[in-house]
Amino acid sequence: MIPMIDIRNAEKTFVMHLQDGIRLPVVRGVSFHVAPGECVVLGGPSGAGKSSILKMIFGNYRCDGGAICVQHMGALLDIASAEPRQILGVRRHTIGYVSQFLRAVPRVASLDVVAEPLLAAGVARAEARERAGVLLRRLNIPDRLWKLPPSTFSGGEQQRVNIARGFISDLPILLLDEPTASLDAANRAVVVELVAEKKRAGVAMVAIVHDDEVRHLIADRLVDVTSFAANA
Amino acid sequence: MNAPTYNFAYLDEQTKRMIRRAILKAIAIPGYQVPFASREMPMPYGWGTGGVQVTAAILGVTDVLKVIDQGSDDTTNAISIRKFFEKTAGVAVTTSTLDATVIQTRHRIPEAPLHEKQVLVYQVPIPEPLRFLEPRETETRRMHALGEYGLMHVKLYEDIARFGHIATAYAYPVKVNARYVMDPSPTPKFDNPKMDNCPALQLFGAGREKRIYAIPPYTSVVSLDFEDHPFTRYKHDACCALCGAGESYLDEIVTDNAGSRMFVCSDTDFCETRQAEGHRGSESAPYAENRHA
Amino acid sequence: MLDVTKAPVDNDQPLLLAEGLSKSFGRLHACRDVSFALYPGEVLAIVGESGSGKSTLLQLLSAQMTPNAGSVSYRMRDGVMRDLAALGEAERRFLFRTDWGFVHQDAAMGLRMGVSAGANVGERLMAVGHNHYGKIRQTAASWLERVEISTDRIDDAPKTYSGGMRQRLQIARNLVTEPRLVFMDEPTGGLDVSVQARLLDMMRTLVSELGLAAIVVTHDLAVARLLSHRVMVMQGGRVIETGLTDQVLDDPREPYTQLLVSSILPA
Repeated sequence: MIPMIDIRNAEKTFVMHLQDGIRLPVVRGVSFHVAPGECVVLGGPSGAGKSSILKMIFGNYRCDGGAICVQHMGALLDIASAEPRQILGVRRHTIGYVSQFLRAVPRVASLDVVAEPLLAAGVARAEARERAGVLLRRLNIPDRLWKLPPSTFSGGEQQRVNIARGFISDLPILLLDEPTASLDAANRAVVVELVAEKKRAGVAMVAIVHDDEVRHLIADRLVDVTSFAANA
Repeated sequence: MNAPTYNFAYLDEQTKRMIRRAILKAIAIPGYQVPFASREMPMPYGWGTGGVQVTAAILGVTDVLKVIDQGSDDTTNAISIRKFFEKTAGVAVTTSTLDATVIQTRHRIPEAPLHEKQVLVYQVPIPEPLRFLEPRETETRRMHALGEYGLMHVKLYEDIARFGHIATAYAYPVKVNARYVMDPSPTPKFDNPKMDNCPALQLFGAGREKRIYAIPPYTSVVSLDFEDHPFTRYKHDACCALCGAGESYLDEIVTDNAGSRMFVCSDTDFCETRQAEGHRGSESAPYAENRHA
Repeated sequence: MLDVTKAPVDNDQPLLLAEGLSKSFGRLHACRDVSFALYPGEVLAIVGESGSGKSTLLQLLSAQMTPNAGSVSYRMRDGVMRDLAALGEAERRFLFRTDWGFVHQDAAMGLRMGVSAGANVGERLMAVGHNHYGKIRQTAASWLERVEISTDRIDDAPKTYSGGMRQRLQIARNLVTEPRLVFMDEPTGGLDVSVQARLLDMMRTLVSELGLAAIVVTHDLAVARLLSHRVMVMQGGRVIETGLTDQVLDDPREPYTQLLVSSILPA
């Protein structure tokens, strides 16, 4: 089966110019692949570079070497060398990202925050809102909050809005960065369910999950990031 | 029989040639404001120095001059200018619109139709129609050059938004020969239609602003408007109290401290001609009877 | 193993192309060798501190200033790429009134302060020959609504408006002719934080709904993050770093960019 994500020898080093140009190697020789319908969970202690790898796949962090190839619009695209507008296209059509923290625009209603990825993909506003509502309800966000901007919500509510926003799209690749970190058991179960649905739909996922139970439930394969540790 | 100390029509010949060149250019480009080296005249700016210089440049010995101010031949301004040219050029003067070959005017176009043998000279205070909204001369010139006249409609838009109709009653902008937007000097918009396709040559002189522009005979002059707010002639809902004319432009005259008023023709020659023909209005008739009684 | 084939070529042509733009004032190099392509629907932020050359660059890009070297080309509505320097003045001004917008930091530069809001919005329509008062007014009213200005205020002059309302009116005035490219010079400068947030949100919505391309000059990285897809960081007249907005802001490479990013006050 053709992998959706194929990473070969990717590496990342931060150079901190404000601290006398100190070099902080993060990862090196990152190589793994993810097939459609598969959920690969990155393992390793904090600071091992799990989040950095996720951000490199999303094009949020630049990749200093190697290749990060994804299936995009029927062809293979190397994120590490892609043009900014190609990466924008990838984010619109191929890769979704659920981060730990919500970076929402002030004043935008939660329902619209969730619906936005669908709008960007060209879905009509009414349908996008409808689907956003269904997802918010599943994640136990009461209707009366939908019109409020998520910045006024509690941490757990914000994260659920964020999860809804991440899971609403029909993108073939999903990156999950601690999706269940501050959720209660009921909502954790919903997320596990959502991941299972995505798998059935053939979505390739890379996840960072610290909760052993959740990891056990969603992981098809574990990739140990400590093997990519860069020697300083 | 001009006074020996003056050159014919006051201005020296070189100055008149300079002004004539400007006039010729203005006629060649209808509605375009031609700069000219406006001279000091023996009268203050605002009293018609632009019109006087144009008149001086075009006057010939056989011309018959008429000068009107607000349509009237007998106001101070009209009389002074008429006397000025009587003295410096020795030309014949008249109050009859029909007989005049050159008519210098402030604010009005005579009611009687003009003919091909006539030149109408306007005194213009502010020649730039865009000035009200765009204070930069460099910018207004560029707008004229490129025919960017959207701004002119902004002014009309504001009128409608504020008053429900285009309230501009004088200096109502026109488009000349389908090209230049022009300020017809502070003539009431009642007179605008008379400018269109007029057999007489119309010349405009602005002394302080140093501009001359022109409308050649039989040139199209269209008042700007909106499709849903077309140009209309403004008119008092009254007839002349002296001659009974119903279609002329009227002045409102307050007759006492109690607020009584009457409306009379602003064009004195037109009104007097009509009265001489036997037309009577509400005020003149009893007077005539009383005098005979 | 898979072969890495060439990335799928996007057939979209650039809307605006800057090549080797340079401008100096005497010995001061305000702008040095700037090249980039802007695509339809793309929002580019030019960031940098005061004096970095970003405002000069905006002037060069919008053909309000002639470069000492280099060129700017723009894809006209007929699809033909034209060198802006080769356009006649009439064409350039027409472009400015129709296919381009320019939002100034100081609303007084972009509005007629003594003329009603309705006429401010309607002016660009009248400039391209619209001649029906009722329709012009209706269009103006619908644009005021879109920028969240009550239509009760349509006959009030912007000098009676608050700073935030003036900026929103400026945006309506620019967008009424459905331009494809809008230049913005510090559009939220000098506004209260809450007013800024509202304006940014509105601009973001309009830009994405209308598929506008925009070039936004700002010293505020938060504005760049909210509005733009791509960022160019300028220092001393040069573009020192460029890339996806979140990439440049989350993973800055150049010392100066790292300094800028580390100078953001925590929200």
